[in-house]
Amino acid sequence: MREYTERIREAAKRLLSEQRVDTVIGFRRGTVPFMNEPFLVKSVDQVDQLYWDSNCGINLANYLPKRTDRVAVVAKGCDSRNIVVHLLENQIKRDQLYILGAPCRGMVDKRRMMADLKGKEPLHAEENGKEIKVSGRGFQVTFDRQTYLQSNCAICTHRNPVVYDELLGDPVEEQQGVDRYPDVRRIEAMSVDERWRYFQELIAPCIRCYACRNACPLCYCPTCFVDESRPQWVGKTIDPTDTLTFHFLRAYHVAGRCTDCGSCERACPVGIEVRKFTKKLEKEVKELYGYEAGVTPDQRPPLDTFKPGDPEPFIK
Amino acid sequence: MSEWEPKIVAFLCNWCSYGAADLAGVSRLQYPANIRIIRVPCSGRVNPKFILAAFRSGADGVWVSGCHPGDCHYIEGNLYARRKFALLNSQLEYTGIVEPGRLHFSWISSAEATKFAEVARGVIDAVKAAGPARHFIKKQAEVA
Ligand code: SF4
Ligand code: SF4
Repeated sequence: MREYTERIREAAKRLLSEQRVDTVIGFRRGTVPFMNEPFLVKSVDQVDQLYWDSNCGINLANYLPKRTDRVAVVAKGCDSRNIVVHLLENQIKRDQLYILGAPCRGMVDKRRMMADLKGKEPLHAEENGKEIKVSGRGFQVTFDRQTYLQSNCAICTHRNPVVYDELLGDPVEEQQGVDRYPDVRRIEAMSVDERWRYFQELIAPCIRCYACRNACPLCYCPTCFVDESRPQWVGKTIDPTDTLTFHFLRAYHVAGRCTDCGSCERACPVGIEVRKFTKKLEKEVKELYGYEAGVTPDQRPPLDTFKPGDPEPFIK
Repeated sequence: MSEWEPKIVAFLCNWCSYGAADLAGVSRLQYPANIRIIRVPCSGRVNPKFILAAFRSGADGVWVSGCHPGDCHYIEGNLYARRKFALLNSQLEYTGIVEPGRLHFSWISSAEATKFAEVARGVIDAVKAAGPARHFIKKQAEVA
């Protein structure tokens, strides 16, 4: 995916110098390996800092809501779906956007690579197609890219952007026959007490930093429910009930909107698999209303509409 | 100590189920006194936060009741609510917050006093069978 770097720089240079856009949103290399950072480019002389490799997992659609300028944005499959969600929710206008679509082969999970380095500090990482060569003081290792994909990328079925103005490379082959919900079914099969314990343990390390919320492109409310104080629906302590309320409602708020881009999990400093909450809702929405978030630009999100005959087996 | 009696919070739509509760009373229909009614303008007004708050504060059961589909005073409030509740219901069970039998939904018009009393009895029996709430309760600070 490195070859996109040149294409992104070329497009950014062209769009900025022709004054088609005011800002280009992409990535630049971070100061440590595996950590590219979002980068907003406003002038041509910054363009050469733009960069692309397998560490661009952050969802750039997060930088779009309520912008007033004209922006070009680099969009992987998931980012493009979140752009569709933004368009449906009137967070930005299509004619403000110039979408540089990046057909994607998945982003890598820094945490798993770090774990396998067993405390050795990576100072340099270079990738070539299938492999990632990592080196540091006195060591060199090669990781297989595919093995270290983020868990959401491993089951992604929309790697090609769904909306774009130009593509940065040829479309990639979509993964076929993916089972997206083995983990959800495993939890569903538990008894209710087991499920309760499972989720209690899952969120036990949570420090309520809200990084998962902040990384989420869907979380653009001016006042988040966690910050409301009169009335205060969500307690601010790290009492397990308060923490579970937070996680429950965060997941519920993104029901039918979440594209499983994995940004929340990627952002969590303590490695909580917060997608365990959202994936069940994704599955329900698909089963009940046949809806997949961000794939169809002309269909209202499932909780923003209804059908007269919607299933109601739970209602007396 | 006497036998445990469940506390059940009922969110009833002003235009139908609340009226049905009223009519049930006027008609002298009997059902046990475990239900604490909160009148809401529409089942669509019931925010999931309310339901979580009820459980967090120690409710043993929650019951939400609104108008039959097609009869909403605001035309379609209950139809949006139906989708909201479907996902809420399944997610609450999935996370183990709510065991089966604690959370109930119904459509009851203002003329259906008999149905109201029947469903009320059903809800109370189900919550009794589920037993006292034990999962999702916030410990309150001890006040001397
Ligand atoms: S979720 Fe799909 S499109 Fe997004 S980074 Fe992963 S593989 Fe790429
Ligand atoms: S990012 Fe992790 S620790 Fe922070 S609030 Fe979210 S789940 Fe909790």
